Amino acid sequence: MMKSMRDGFGEALVELGKKNPDVVVLTADLADSTRVKEFAEAFPDRFFQVGVAEQALVTVAAGMAEAGKIPFTTSYAVFSPGRTFEQIKVTAALSDLPVKIVGSHAGFGASMYGATHQSLEDIALMRVIPNMVVVSPCDYLEAKKATVAVAENGKPSYLRLSRQDSPIITDENSKFEIGKIGILKEGKNPQVAIIGTGPILNEAILAGEELQKNGIEITVINNHTIKPIDELSIIRAAKTCGAVVTIEEHQINGGLGGAIAEVLGRNFPVPIEMIGVNDSFGESAKDYRELWKKFGLTKENIIEAVKKVIVRKSY
Amino acid sequence: MTHPHGELENISKKVRLDIIDMIYKAGSGHPGGSLSAVEVLVALYFEILKDNDRFFLSNGHVCPALYAVMAEKGVVDKNLLSTYTEIGSALQGHPERTKLKGIENTSGPLGLGLAQAAGYAAIKKNEYVYCMTSDGEHDEGNHWEAVAFAAKYKLSNLIQIVDVNGIQIEGTVEEIMPLGNLKEKYEASGWNVIEIDGHDFGRIIDSIDKVKNVKDRPSVILAKTIFGKGVSFMEGNPDWHAKAPNEKEYKKAMEELK
Repeated sequence: MMKSMRDGFGEALVELGKKNPDVVVLTADLADSTRVKEFAEAFPDRFFQVGVAEQALVTVAAGMAEAGKIPFTTSYAVFSPGRTFEQIKVTAALSDLPVKIVGSHAGFGASMYGATHQSLEDIALMRVIPNMVVVSPCDYLEAKKATVAVAENGKPSYLRLSRQDSPIITDENSKFEIGKIGILKEGKNPQVAIIGTGPILNEAILAGEELQKNGIEITVINNHTIKPIDELSIIRAAKTCGAVVTIEEHQINGGLGGAIAEVLGRNFPVPIEMIGVNDSFGESAKDYRELWKKFGLTKENIIEAVKKVIVRKSY
Repeated sequence: MTHPHGELENISKKVRLDIIDMIYKAGSGHPGGSLSAVEVLVALYFEILKDNDRFFLSNGHVCPALYAVMAEKGVVDKNLLSTYTEIGSALQGHPERTKLKGIENTSGPLGLGLAQAAGYAAIKKNEYVYCMTSDGEHDEGNHWEAVAFAAKYKLSNLIQIVDVNGIQIEGTVEEIMPLGNLKEKYEASGWNVIEIDGHDFGRIIDSIDKVKNVKDRPSVILAKTIFGKGVSFMEGNPDWHAKAPNEKEYKKAMEELK
């Protein structure tokens, strides 16, 4: 079944609104496309339309958090956190206030709008800030769970969402805990651990199925929390598999690939191949999958990276 | 009014001495804006702020004035003043809410405070929320976004006081980025505006009383002040935006302020 993460977010927000009167929502002229319209209609007194003003979006929310609320701010990821880095650092993270930054259309989701609207740097921006929680779910169901978890964590947090409908690859019952990885596919005596984040993980699952047919076992790890990162599980996976391939719809530099390399470089170095955008800007395309292909983020690229990293194990 | 003007003036005098003392000992700080903001801060802490009221300082670099006023009021230990900017001190170079009790908002980067105050005021409709800003920080886009937000949501419990001292880092506000007619700009943005002499306690307190009766709009008090007020060689001189006095200047300043 195909459904979008932003829909999961919007639905979870309405449920949260019913349960918790402290949840408030702000948007910068993007209520519909960030899926907070339903919340706005259900709770008009707890919804604030700030206009195309992302700086106010975050700083007004910080004031609301100071007043005891749990503010969810929504825009496209390119605008917030893209434009609002300093506001987030100072008024949310350094101030230790539970402001929730929701960046939608992350990755290549706004494919048709071109590089200005494609957010490939937001993970790096947010994970470098002390005291910031960074969550990047992989499907509709996980976006729902992540929304609830982020509302309840009491911390300044970034929630990364995609625009497009994508396959549901987790299930209702799978546990979601901030700071703990999820396993999407567990190989028998796996040779490689694929560690990914976001809906692109579906490509890793498809790659795993194909590799299995050729006798190569892999494990697919859903690294939905970029910060705080689940160091123990990542080290354990590296020890078990002896090689890692990372995958993300984001710049490799400073993104998930960088984060995993930091953990393993300091604790248990193994060969790593990184799949992501390699220091370049996006461009317009009618469909995001054309860009996944052009920038090397597909099942085929993963299979190639797995084979390469297995060879590197024997160096 | 609970304090006669003479008493408020005495407090202001002590605060100014503390400001110069702190900045001299620290070897850094922002004397010009700190000295211009004194009367407004003293009026707020000694006359205006009630239990449920909140105060947001947006131009956080004038924190020597804030710390000194809080110390006079007894909400900050006076012995802490000499630790301003020292490693481990609660009195950071720019104020931080997680480090010092009584600080509402972490500030320093300009243009953020009014938005934070507006967010607070939008939630706590029954509390008065005061916010001090500077004329220099009116260059910031974030500030004007907050001006629009406060007007749209008719935040009549939000009272902004602008320290109009006419100076910013590299020159006069007129030279660096002219603001035009601030009064007309705010009126056109849907705010209630009062212009006052920001060193006159009677006018400060009176204007606050007046704006509290406005029920459909946020209010802004444009408080005209003298940058570096009280120290002859600092008054109106942008060189004293962020500079500590040397020993000779320190002695002269303390002498003039006594």
